[in-house]
Amino acid sequence: MKIKRRDFLKGAAGSMALLAMDGKTAQARTVQALPPEAVGILFDSTLCVGCNACMTACKKANNKLPDYAEGEDIWDKPVDLSPNTLNVIKRFTSGTAENKDVEVDGYAFIKRQCLHCIDPSCVTACPVSALVKDNENGIVTYNKNACIGCRYCQVACPYNIPKFDFNDVYPEIVKCQLCDHLIAEGKVSACCSVCPTGASLFGKVTDLIVETRRRLQMVPGELYDFPVTAINSGASHKYKAPEYIPHVYGKEELGGTQVMYMSAVGFENFGLPTYPKESFVSMSSGIQYAIYKGMVYPLVVLAGLVFMVKKNKQQEEEKAAEKSQEKKEDSHE
Amino acid sequence: MSEARPLGGKIFTLTFSICLIISGIALYFTAKRFIFGIGSVANLNDGYPWGIWIAYDVVVGTAFACGGYVMALLVYVINKGEYHPLVRPALLASMFGYTLAGVSVFLDIGRYFHAYNLYLPWQMNFHSVMFEVAMCIGTYILVLWLEFAPAFTEKWKLEKYRKFLDKIIFALIGLGVLLPTMHQSSLGTMMLMAGFKLDPLWHSSTLPLLFLLTAVIMGFAMVVFEATIASRVYNLGDETSMLAKVSRIMSWVLGFYLVVRLQNIFMRGEMGHAFSGSFLGNMFLLENFLLILGFIILTFMRNNLTPRLLFIAAAVILAGGSLFRFNTYIIGYDPGTGWNYFPSVGEQMITYGLIAMEIAAYTLFVKYFPVFSAHEPAVSTK
Repeated sequence: MKIKRRDFLKGAAGSMALLAMDGKTAQARTVQALPPEAVGILFDSTLCVGCNACMTACKKANNKLPDYAEGEDIWDKPVDLSPNTLNVIKRFTSGTAENKDVEVDGYAFIKRQCLHCIDPSCVTACPVSALVKDNENGIVTYNKNACIGCRYCQVACPYNIPKFDFNDVYPEIVKCQLCDHLIAEGKVSACCSVCPTGASLFGKVTDLIVETRRRLQMVPGELYDFPVTAINSGASHKYKAPEYIPHVYGKEELGGTQVMYMSAVGFENFGLPTYPKESFVSMSSGIQYAIYKGMVYPLVVLAGLVFMVKKNKQQEEEKAAEKSQEKKEDSHE
Repeated sequence: MSEARPLGGKIFTLTFSICLIISGIALYFTAKRFIFGIGSVANLNDGYPWGIWIAYDVVVGTAFACGGYVMALLVYVINKGEYHPLVRPALLASMFGYTLAGVSVFLDIGRYFHAYNLYLPWQMNFHSVMFEVAMCIGTYILVLWLEFAPAFTEKWKLEKYRKFLDKIIFALIGLGVLLPTMHQSSLGTMMLMAGFKLDPLWHSSTLPLLFLLTAVIMGFAMVVFEATIASRVYNLGDETSMLAKVSRIMSWVLGFYLVVRLQNIFMRGEMGHAFSGSFLGNMFLLENFLLILGFIILTFMRNNLTPRLLFIAAAVILAGGSLFRFNTYIIGYDPGTGWNYFPSVGEQMITYGLIAMEIAAYTLFVKYFPVFSAHEPAVSTK
């Protein structure tokens, strides 16, 4: 059997259609190193007094409704991130919860929000590029006009951050976007701008990393300057240095994040999982890339399949034709 | 030309009517979902964003609907023409299975009006496994209808279209084999991203291969399962010898699957976890017990397979394969932070409704369109 030129062209046309899909790729998964102008937040648990000012400011800046506690509708009282709460201060307690920042009989605060991963699972997961990571400042933003509501970002996020209002008729994915609308105006994220102690500190990620090194080298109990609002704001408070645990959460977890945590108690107490340095994204997309790079393998397979089917189908038809011929002859007799 | 003909007969049988009633109930819940939102019907939440609409209707449902895929592979690619009579019924079931999986996705996605974004080149994310699955399934539904289209052209005597279809059908069949190969494995890749949320008994880099293999296995099992029921219900005569041969092929794939699956668990040192007596460990054991049971029936009793045994083997393999997929998507998935999920009545009713619609449409089509071949005793030709 020979492939006729026409048939070959037909197969080729189909293959070209598939190939064309690889032509223009959305800028979805390009950033795997820290973007040059990456901004983020350093949250220092030891400085947080649990005033929740950041939560209020966040709701105002992002036009979100209060989350009432059950049975009362007096004030905003979210227990966790929700479709209305992009940022939440949570408290860890143990035993009698008397002393701040100790693990036994103590308590400590943590601020949960989107960490703006350097290699974000959600961005890779999103089929329609509704979640994208900015090439310059590294902020992971959401575009509701693209989102189809498949919720793969929720499955993929290792920190369970994206929320979706299942009770809404036509919901959106909701998560912290680092107040990128304020940053565009030259301001800083709302939560940092109101934080009275500098626990939430805005800044360039590279500067924040330098700051974490400075803090880890402090002698516990001595007085030091701690910047407030933003790392380059010029304003600062003097505090006695706490006894930090020698680990900055988010510096390396799953490839690193732009929001980082420092604390005097172990991060596992806050429900922050211990993660390897390699992201789950690189594992799964590694497999996906290997198979689908440039659609070469699928096209080769397709060409093979079409060829085989064509050949077998033709043989079959020839047989069928012979058969019907025989039948006809039979009926003639 | 196919020698298939419509079966004819009464449409409104008891089964058909029951299916219609269940579909009606499902329609009620579907309306409720669109008027009041997903939360008014389903127990889905931020911890478990995917429930049975994805895990059953799409992930298990499309595996059940792989009959068309494996039969096309067998008949047209590997050139086993002797199984030809099994192709069209399998295609029909696949067509409805996939179509209703598509319907289910549409119920499940929260922002369905924006679904067109999947087709805007500048929105497409080629790195997304979800994108690939969505594209493949969407295209495959179309391909399945076209692959089945000869039944329409034969029924309505559309000679012009029939000739046109005849010319392109080989390309469609080729695509119809490629697309499921791609997206069925990708359904496995999909859950790799869940990372630590998925128990290590299921989270493994072999997931894509395991999903592809279960798709093939469950596709074959479904062909046997369906053909057995259909031949009983419609008195099509005994197809056991042909089905037994299909089962032989299935048992080889299943054996390979079990080797890969168990070897992978050993290699990663998770066998202790599997036998720890924990709930997830037991689910793993149950899943593989069912598959091994099917394997044993098909291999060790292969010389005296009765229709009943064959049917049982197909059923336990379908159950085991489904459980594997359920485990990967829901049961073995735990986001931490104390979330839990069990499908609500409304959610379940929609799923039952989709299954009922599938059965109803299938019974309708086999009576109205040429699906089953006029039966010739299954003689082995070669």
